[in-house]
Amino acid sequence: MNQIRKILEHFGETVVLCLRAFSHLPTLPRQWRRLIEQCYLVGYTTFPIVAILSFFIGSVLALQAGYSLQAVAGQDFIGALVGLSLARELAPVMTAILLAGRVGSATSAELATMKVYQEVDALVTMNIPPERILVLPRLVAVLLMMPVLTLTANLIGWIGGAIIAQNVDFIQLDTRIYFQGIQNFVGFRDIMDGLIKAEIFGFVVLLVSCNVGLRTTGGPREIGASVTRAVVISLILILILDYFVTSALMQF
Amino acid sequence: MNQDTALEPERSRSSIGLKIEHLSKSYDSVTVLNDISLEVNPGEIFVIMGPSGSGKSVLLKQVAGLEVPTRGRILIDGKDIADPKTRPSVSMALVFQAGALFNSMSVFDNLALYPREHRLYNPKTIRDKVMRALQTLSLEDAAEKHPSQLSGGMRKRVAIARALVMEPELILYDEPTSELDPTMAATISEVIADLKEEFGVTSLVVSHDRDLALTISDRVAILMHGDLLQVATPENTRRSENPRVKDFLNPVIDIKNPRFKKKEYAS
Repeated sequence: MNQIRKILEHFGETVVLCLRAFSHLPTLPRQWRRLIEQCYLVGYTTFPIVAILSFFIGSVLALQAGYSLQAVAGQDFIGALVGLSLARELAPVMTAILLAGRVGSATSAELATMKVYQEVDALVTMNIPPERILVLPRLVAVLLMMPVLTLTANLIGWIGGAIIAQNVDFIQLDTRIYFQGIQNFVGFRDIMDGLIKAEIFGFVVLLVSCNVGLRTTGGPREIGASVTRAVVISLILILILDYFVTSALMQF
Repeated sequence: MNQDTALEPERSRSSIGLKIEHLSKSYDSVTVLNDISLEVNPGEIFVIMGPSGSGKSVLLKQVAGLEVPTRGRILIDGKDIADPKTRPSVSMALVFQAGALFNSMSVFDNLALYPREHRLYNPKTIRDKVMRALQTLSLEDAAEKHPSQLSGGMRKRVAIARALVMEPELILYDEPTSELDPTMAATISEVIADLKEEFGVTSLVVSHDRDLALTISDRVAILMHGDLLQVATPENTRRSENPRVKDFLNPVIDIKNPRFKKKEYAS
């Protein structure tokens, strides 16, 4: 019972934090420096790891698909399978998971440190709402950067799949046929559904990380605990939300 | 409209008073402050002294609005701090014991944050005011450094300089002279006194520093184990007959009969 109450409290706090942050939206134009800094952190620093992982995920998808489909001589559909899997599911989920590990953990660590060392209290006493300068730029940055990262993950994953499909002995699928499969089976709607999911996951990851960081109490030891908590909650929420958002998107 | 010309070059400063009425603060079942009532007059330097763990810093957090009292109320300039409209209308600064500087910013940016965020002055005026505050505390050379590059004492001075830039009507100091050498501690005491003389700023100071309390304050309160023992002028505080106050202000080291073994201290 106590555990349920805590979860509900945490949920309520997170919603309130989100509303408070966006109540300061009119101040965003004069916070452009902070926004660019956060876009750099979310986008640029996450890009290399997203690129490497999406390349290998595309590759392994093509390898598995080639292996499974050779029995029914269905290699021509490898492009469609890799393309759809990445666009609708793997690219947004994988990007969000990497975001939780890379940016979510850094965000919760930074805000928890600021809270423990009274920097957040100092902002409050200066009548500067912490949500305005610490949370809003991060949330807007993730909304701007997640589509870019997810589209990049799609593209690099598809290329990874194409290279494997063409060069592995038991597949040897022509790149033209591979990309023809993507073109025929992956529609604008599939890409958009993936981007919507990525936006939701990324937003939730940053919101949870900010909230966990800002709720940190105690000493330096709690900073580490907050980072772990933020990443674990983010990962659980990504996978739970994945089912519900996918179901919801299928209704439209 | 040009932003630079639209802003006021100087803000006016006035004194504000502070009234604490029957304030209590408990964490779970532990009472840290017990029915505290006191009044700080406009333009006054009011020092709260007491041993470690007596609740001084907790009291300051209630006044700053960082925590909500369990009972009682705090009035600043006659307005209840519990009212959300009060805090933004009061010009108040808190100097934290450990500085609470923003580690990701330079010293200059730490000081400039408040006027920039509240868009009080044009960039040149902000620069002038920041540099003046840094000069007051002999910190001109530290402007471009980050807090992590400073000593504990310098961080404390930067925190005070940051409060000066805010041009507050009420400044709350949490142990402003701790970690400072005697000369710098004297300088800080002079700065606090000067702010009163020049601008009539009201100061509520929490400190162990007997010299600061008995030299520059108008009145001194003694807080022990969450209870307010007395409020008196520095002269009357010095002459207090209360044995706990006397022992706190003039402790005698007695190796043969140490105070930590005495019953009254154990309770």
